[in-house]
Amino acid sequence: MSPEGMRFVDEYRDREKAQALAANIATLVEPGRRYGLMEICGGHTHTIYKHGIEDYLPEEVQLVHGPGCPVCVIPMGRVDDAIWIAEQDGVIMTSFGDLLRVPGARGSFLDAKARGADIQMVYSPLDSLRIARQNPGRRVVFMAIGFETTTPSTAMTVLRAAAEGLENFSVFCNHVTIIPALEAILASPDLHIDGFIGPGHVSTVIGCEPYRFIAEKHGRPFVVAGFEPLDILQAIQMLLLQLRDGRSEVENQYTRVVPWDGNQRALQAIDEVMEPRPTFEWRGLGWIPDSAMRIREKYARFDAERVFDVPATRVADPPACQCGEVLRGTIKPWECEVFGTACTPETPIGTCMVSSEGACAAYYNFGRFTRLRVRQAGSV
Amino acid sequence: MCLGIPGEVVTLDADRPGMATVDVGGARRQVNVMLIEEDGVGPGDWVLIHVGFALAKIDEEEARLTLSHLEEMGQAYRDELQAIAASRID
Repeated sequence: MSPEGMRFVDEYRDREKAQALAANIATLVEPGRRYGLMEICGGHTHTIYKHGIEDYLPEEVQLVHGPGCPVCVIPMGRVDDAIWIAEQDGVIMTSFGDLLRVPGARGSFLDAKARGADIQMVYSPLDSLRIARQNPGRRVVFMAIGFETTTPSTAMTVLRAAAEGLENFSVFCNHVTIIPALEAILASPDLHIDGFIGPGHVSTVIGCEPYRFIAEKHGRPFVVAGFEPLDILQAIQMLLLQLRDGRSEVENQYTRVVPWDGNQRALQAIDEVMEPRPTFEWRGLGWIPDSAMRIREKYARFDAERVFDVPATRVADPPACQCGEVLRGTIKPWECEVFGTACTPETPIGTCMVSSEGACAAYYNFGRFTRLRVRQAGSV
Repeated sequence: MCLGIPGEVVTLDADRPGMATVDVGGARRQVNVMLIEEDGVGPGDWVLIHVGFALAKIDEEEARLTLSHLEEMGQAYRDELQAIAASRID
């Protein structure tokens, strides 16, 4: 690594810089006023807990952890449907590793695999395509999940399958879209959010423009942010500056990666292959209109929901689990009744504990030690 | 799945349009670069890879920053690297 590179990386970890930002943030806060700032993306939640960002903030600033972890918001019924598909004759189900332990009402993919289903972990939907080519006598299904960071990959893979004329490949599409989820959160009556830290990678695809309604219609400042501790502190500073000045605008702190207009090619690929569903269930948030994508009629033969007679299972969230309240920011992870007792990363009840980017798992893994670690190590 | 992983483009594959050989953490992998072709991607460029597709061109400093962030993620990053190592995109 070049010395310049080292300096650059260090810049984003520099404790003095963090403290200078923290001091400036403190001057922007009106004593006694509460500032609820939601970080939407699970990657940000991870950085916040890992680096103890909350310890750099005045009491008045409260971070609320949003719904931007796709593993955390998939409802149990969709997991059950996927397992049902996996158990049909001749099926090979392929899935990202993140999803293997997510529980449905009848257990997880790993449990189904133990019962004999052929479920294979893949890194990319293109791996599923290769498995389909290599197994012409089997029906290969890709469990598609994720926000706009992974949706273009699924769309491109369907286009490739169509170009190759593959007949034994389909997608069980669970892709969700962030904007309708934010609209649903903004409409909830118990909302205490004054501004948003916007997702970095999703915005690489959709750009910054789609967030404008949050600033203009709902009067909330919105700052797209990177994943370094200083990125997040800087985004918080930008939000507080807007709030102090009575502005509500969309700003881009992460210009290093995020273009204002997003990735048009990726958006075109999505639009070619997929269309919004009238409604989709989110774990903890319920049914949200236009909040997920399905495969268009034109590509019906690659749509597992048309290829198979999927039962469309409906399962209520487990009563003990308060993932919904965590995802809406009504409670903190540790305020959930089962947090760290019945629900742990080893034996998760709720999805927020399954993914390493889920608020509960992030707090379970890092949050408890943050204050101690910051004081001892003297780093961000 | 959500982790964007930086890689350095080694070559564009002449016989497979839209595919490139990319150095990811010391291992050479096939990556689809069709979504960033308009940005003019070539050998020596750094890209941010999501599940086998390059979604953005980044500069070298950003790549190093992202890598050091990922290394701190521990198990989640190790799992992702393991998944990439097992990946055989063609």
